[in-house]
Amino acid sequence: MKTMPLAVTVNGVARQWTIRPGELLLDVLRREGFFGVKRGCEQGECGACTVLLNGKAVNSCLIFAGHVEGSEILTIEGLAAGDDLDPLQQAFLDHGAVQCGFCAPGMILAAKALLDRQPDPTEEQVREALSGNYCRCTGYRKPVEAVLAAAGKKRGVSRRNHGEVAR
Amino acid sequence: MNTSIVGKNLRKVDGVKLVTGAPAFTDDIQMPGMLYGKILASPHAHARIRRIDAGRAKALPGVHAVLTHEDVPRIPHTTAGQAWPEPSPYDTYLLDSKVRFVGDRVAAVAAESRAIAEKALRLIDVEYEILPAVLDMEQAMASGASIIHDEPDSKNIYDARHNVAAHIFREIGNVDEGFREADFVFEREYRTQRQQHAMLEPHITICWLDADGRLVIRSSTQVPYHCRRQVAMILGIPVGRVHVIKPRIGGGFGGKQEMLLEDLCGALTLATRRPVKIEYTREEEFYMARSRHPQILRLKMGVKRDGTVVASHLKVLATTGAYGSHASTVQGNTGSKVLPLYRAPHLRFECDVVYTNTPVAGAFRGYGCPQGFFAQESLVDEIAQKLGIDPLDFRRKNAIRQGDIDKLSAQLGEGKEGLPRVIRSCGLPECLTRAAAAIEWDLKRHLLPERGGVVRHGIGMACAMQGSGIAGIDWASAFLKMNEDGSFCLQVGSADVGGGADTVLAQIAAETLGVTLDKIIIMSGDTDFTPFDTGAYASSTTIITGGAVKKAAEKVRAQILNLAAKMLETTAENLACGNNEVFAKGPSRKSVSVADVALQALYKEKLQIMDAASHFNTDSPPPFAVTFAEVAVDTQTGKVRVDRLVTAVDPGTAINPIQAEGQVEGAVTQGLGFALTEELMLDEKGRPANPNFLDYKIFSAKDMPKLTTILVETEEPLGPFGAKSVSEVPINAVAPAIANAIFHAAGVRICKLPIRPEEMLRALCERDREHEQEEALVTK
Repeated sequence: MKTMPLAVTVNGVARQWTIRPGELLLDVLRREGFFGVKRGCEQGECGACTVLLNGKAVNSCLIFAGHVEGSEILTIEGLAAGDDLDPLQQAFLDHGAVQCGFCAPGMILAAKALLDRQPDPTEEQVREALSGNYCRCTGYRKPVEAVLAAAGKKRGVSRRNHGEVAR
Repeated sequence: MNTSIVGKNLRKVDGVKLVTGAPAFTDDIQMPGMLYGKILASPHAHARIRRIDAGRAKALPGVHAVLTHEDVPRIPHTTAGQAWPEPSPYDTYLLDSKVRFVGDRVAAVAAESRAIAEKALRLIDVEYEILPAVLDMEQAMASGASIIHDEPDSKNIYDARHNVAAHIFREIGNVDEGFREADFVFEREYRTQRQQHAMLEPHITICWLDADGRLVIRSSTQVPYHCRRQVAMILGIPVGRVHVIKPRIGGGFGGKQEMLLEDLCGALTLATRRPVKIEYTREEEFYMARSRHPQILRLKMGVKRDGTVVASHLKVLATTGAYGSHASTVQGNTGSKVLPLYRAPHLRFECDVVYTNTPVAGAFRGYGCPQGFFAQESLVDEIAQKLGIDPLDFRRKNAIRQGDIDKLSAQLGEGKEGLPRVIRSCGLPECLTRAAAAIEWDLKRHLLPERGGVVRHGIGMACAMQGSGIAGIDWASAFLKMNEDGSFCLQVGSADVGGGADTVLAQIAAETLGVTLDKIIIMSGDTDFTPFDTGAYASSTTIITGGAVKKAAEKVRAQILNLAAKMLETTAENLACGNNEVFAKGPSRKSVSVADVALQALYKEKLQIMDAASHFNTDSPPPFAVTFAEVAVDTQTGKVRVDRLVTAVDPGTAINPIQAEGQVEGAVTQGLGFALTEELMLDEKGRPANPNFLDYKIFSAKDMPKLTTILVETEEPLGPFGAKSVSEVPINAVAPAIANAIFHAAGVRICKLPIRPEEMLRALCERDREHEQEEALVTK
């Protein structure tokens, strides 16, 4: 079977993989053990397979693996620093935003992409950013609350880092 | 209640692995040599397989097995994950020579890759004799209609010759007499649709043979134990040769109270001796899995001039699709859990559940109640309006209350006679009061209709109840053992499908043992390593499994106190436990840590502190819910926008309030889809027309109205720490609350779900025509 090499940085680590032409990024990531990338519809509609591709939230089921050569990918496995959860992950737990958890990786990453470009989003902006990530368990109220809370906490943290007083 | 763990918003015990993407779900393993299984689905709604030839498929390199009906045992069974003996008809076969809906199983393939498996399916030659299909449930019983189950070996079908899977007739009092006593009798017909569970994780099963040759089934299921029993029976192997493992589950909502892929996946593993995975694609999930039963409900209610309900008669026609999974039980609930909400002395429920050549219906959150409450709460709203009574006052006057006995439940149990239901806790009046206040009912009820214009505003409400476990049938067991650091392994057969059951059960154990939540290591849903449980359905886990956990924990606590008494030179009666310590109640404040008790037990006393307990209830205490909806109806486009939903629920004690709120909000959102957007449509040949998330619309974050959740806690004597249940009841009142709000806004009664813009517009046009006619009559 025809194969091709793929050089890609996943969660900060450079990888050299062998893929088949036409393979989806979703399938390659799962084969390589990134099981936090979920298969929910394979049609780009549910958002469970969301990863950050060069900082942008994308559905990995809609992208050929061959197209991400040289890119930086963040999956949910790369978000926490060891045992230290990201403020988004903390907030999802503290606000009861996780039920079955199948959509959680994609939703958290979509929220991260938002907060990275908009640290102080409105509820409207959060809902827009999460609108590509279906959740059948929560009704979205708690995930939205969690993202807003994490945004507040992150701003506090970054101010502290700059010698300012946290809110 | 004076508790330190129960009633607290503690983090989900499985939360960290879920937010970090740890490999916790069925598909998150890779097994050496694993094959990919794929099912050939029938393209015809009704056909006999005249000839099937798998030769070309078997010859394809990479194909390891092809199974057709000629290769497998023919054992009638039901796929409904219910306690044995299942009340559902035994009308299903592993593979059959007849197909009964588009999507029915024709054959199965195991191959080295998905691509090879898909190619192999196309190489199976099938010669079909196409039979006339019955797609319309109203035609199913007609003379001359095709007989869908004409096979001689199916069992427990009510009337196969007329396509009737199940028939129910139950009456308390004398309904005809009741209607004669009534001052007014109201009657209307309501229709509900085929709604899909749309859980984010489609059905998936991985099977393999362990080193002892036993069949291991790792599956996304709500019913590990029923699944084990059913697969063993279907494949003809002893139950002891099957091991079912339920990992984390990506949502179930009833759709996984079903043995759906496990039998075929197991058969492929037995045929190949290799690990095999079968997963549904999203498209397959829409029509090859299960759905909510579509129903046509004719409801008649008799009332006195003052609004007192005297009699109700509900007649239902429902379709179970091609197979009778959950046919009698879902529809039984439509009567037994809906009619008794109002205290009429005369109640009658009659129902035919018919086969059609359509996708199979099954268990779905609410289990027959969303359909029934849509009818009842819509009609009650209309009655209150016609009699000039405030809808809230109507409920306060007529609704079931503490101390009442629901006699219909005694007649209508799980496919047979049930047990009477005694209302020991009821927060319904407070739910009404608090939700009405939150949405400003009195004010908006008067002000909203005055906001005229193209977009009309309105507010409506509805009530509902459910059960907590199936009385006399659901039961569970729990096993607890102590480790030397004062932690405990809690083993339960229940199946957390994402709703947080593991957390709730761990909280019950921790509270009872007087330890912090981190000391409980819970393992659930494994038929080798956890004790029996009927499974995660019927809102049973908190009250039934929770009851077993509490009993087991009380026994273990007694052992701990006895040993601690010896260590502290006192008596167990003088001791209490809390915060990981055992301490004397008196002024001495002598104490010993639970960890030290554990060390003492394991290494000095040579004693494993452990115990187990079983639990069931002979009653099913109802949780209550009310939903208030505020809507805007665009009278030019027919678009209905829901601006706000306020839901108040009485779950008994909320063991974990934030999780309970989450259950309410998720249920309300599914109810919102049921009301406005969700329906799997079939074309004229019975083929699914919208099996994807683009055409089957579920609500996203930005489509949502403002949700408000109010927990009205009561103390249920039959539940652990006073808990009842919470996961199903809040779905029931959403659609009727929205329909009633639409009437308040636009003056039309919508009796068919979902309320799409075209339906809304049609209803508005019909109303305008009727007005013109009425005016014409007056001027004549």
